[in-house]
Amino acid sequence: MVKLPIYFDNHATTPLDPRVLDAMLPYLKDDFGNAASRNHVFGWKAEAAVELARKQVAALIGGSDKEIVFTSGATESNNLAIKGALEFYREKGDHIITLKTEHKAVLDTCKRLERQRQERIDELKLMRLGDLAGRTVSADELATLEIKHDLEHDATLARWVSQVKTGARVTYLEPKKDGLVDLEQLRAAITDHTVLVSIMLANNEIGVVQPVEAIGALCREKGVLFHTDAVQGAGKIPFDVEKSKCDLVSLSAHKMYGPKGVGALWVRRKPRVRIAPLIDGGGHERGMRSGTLNVSGIVGFGKACELAKAELAPEAARLLGLRQRLHDGLKAKLDMLVVNGSLEHRLPGNLNISFAYVEGEALMMAIKDVAVSSGSACTSASLEPSYVLRALGVDEDMAHSSIRFGLGRFNTVEEVDYVIDLMVRAVSKLREMSPLYEMAKEGIDLKSVQWTAH
Amino acid sequence: MAYSEKVVEHYENPRNVGTLDKNDPNVGTGLVGAPACGDVMRLQLKINDSGVIEDAKFKTFGCGSAIASSSLVTEWVKGKTVDEAGTITNQQVAKELALPPVKIHCSVLAEDAIKAAIADFKAKRAARTGQAAAPSAPSPQLHK
Repeated sequence: MVKLPIYFDNHATTPLDPRVLDAMLPYLKDDFGNAASRNHVFGWKAEAAVELARKQVAALIGGSDKEIVFTSGATESNNLAIKGALEFYREKGDHIITLKTEHKAVLDTCKRLERQRQERIDELKLMRLGDLAGRTVSADELATLEIKHDLEHDATLARWVSQVKTGARVTYLEPKKDGLVDLEQLRAAITDHTVLVSIMLANNEIGVVQPVEAIGALCREKGVLFHTDAVQGAGKIPFDVEKSKCDLVSLSAHKMYGPKGVGALWVRRKPRVRIAPLIDGGGHERGMRSGTLNVSGIVGFGKACELAKAELAPEAARLLGLRQRLHDGLKAKLDMLVVNGSLEHRLPGNLNISFAYVEGEALMMAIKDVAVSSGSACTSASLEPSYVLRALGVDEDMAHSSIRFGLGRFNTVEEVDYVIDLMVRAVSKLREMSPLYEMAKEGIDLKSVQWTAH
Repeated sequence: MAYSEKVVEHYENPRNVGTLDKNDPNVGTGLVGAPACGDVMRLQLKINDSGVIEDAKFKTFGCGSAIASSSLVTEWVKGKTVDEAGTITNQQVAKELALPPVKIHCSVLAEDAIKAAIADFKAKRAARTGQAAAPSAPSPQLHK
């Protein structure tokens, strides 16, 4: 008999490995020192522990310990990589390229930078209109006066705008239907102003693994920086900073059986990549991230990386086996299933499936002893279905019907079998209750029905 | 998000799931919502010659609250006259199920489904008795 509840949501977070906890405990009790205390044994012990962890984290991705900047987590790492690199290399340009399926920590950072640039341009427009109108112009008048004075063709304004040093211009690439980046599109998007390409290693919703080695080679050839959010992929699939030629890599401890609240940004030293800090203070982490180090968290992060590296190949094979068992078990008893994203280029522990004609939240309610996620709008605050699935061109109704299974280190064959059985019963029951399933079975083309949108 | 006990109860033991013959002149069918929005409700009412709802069946594609809302209204309308059923409001449904603000649209859909089913029934009856069909509520039409 399996133990309930079952946790199949390992992309959201992972349980702390007991071996990680054991490594952390001394630093939550007797060895409480500040790693920046240079003149006593408490500080030395903490520093030594942090430096060991730095080596363990760097080793996981084939980097050097001198290239690790510890942060509060991958959201901070992504912010630091993008805003930090843009600020440092502003003289070179202000253009960023990313993918529509990136994590919000990347997309919303880019959106803020775009907005900052637009706000600066709007200020300049008001100044220019003030000159032309011979009086102070208010923001409300911008839209009308802009047309009246034909600002679009104003050479003075164009010159001012070309000097803007605030925010960024951003290109959001459309992924292919299987979720992978189109390398030709990426090549075409790179301009003389491009500073940074930010494309993740593996997606958090659909588990699709991007061709980072090809992206890295292209970025190196074009002389632009390559940042990758490796949160979901690092420690799960082989990943090496030299092979992928990346310049900045975001990592998080709690996605690899470490503690929450700690992450890292790997910053290449050869050739040297520079970033401006977001947080000023005591000059920790070689000035790139001030703030007293989270020693116990960092120790746990290091241990988690060591374990992930040591167990990577057999664990990846085991998870792939579980995933295939889950997929085969569902396919054997349920029709009209669609896997979202490439099945071939995918994290071993990820399965994202749309169960046609059944709504995701209702499904999650039916399997309430099993923790999974859904791309249904009903599970989010925004009432919009998953933007990742929408970017792949998945129809809205199929996005509403999606379930993400995230298998991890502590899941078992027994759990997978239990979930298959439960899912089959839940989907069958809900389909019996679904007017869409009945209509589809009758051969009615649901796309030809005039629905009353609400 | 936690669901109210009543939502869970209806969701786990839905009342009156099923299909009535849509070609039966005494059956009114209301199909509201849209797959793209994540909920579609189909409510069918069997109405006798004295205008009393004898039977009600539903099928719903949607979240737990949408399924509970449809289940609840099938219970409520049975035994009521068409006119009485037409006065059921979404607020009554939302209150009974203690729906949170983000789920209010599920109760709106349930009210719309009742109105659409009644409109369909009235349109059918008007056509049968040879009268000009009254302007019907927006009930989705199938284009075969």
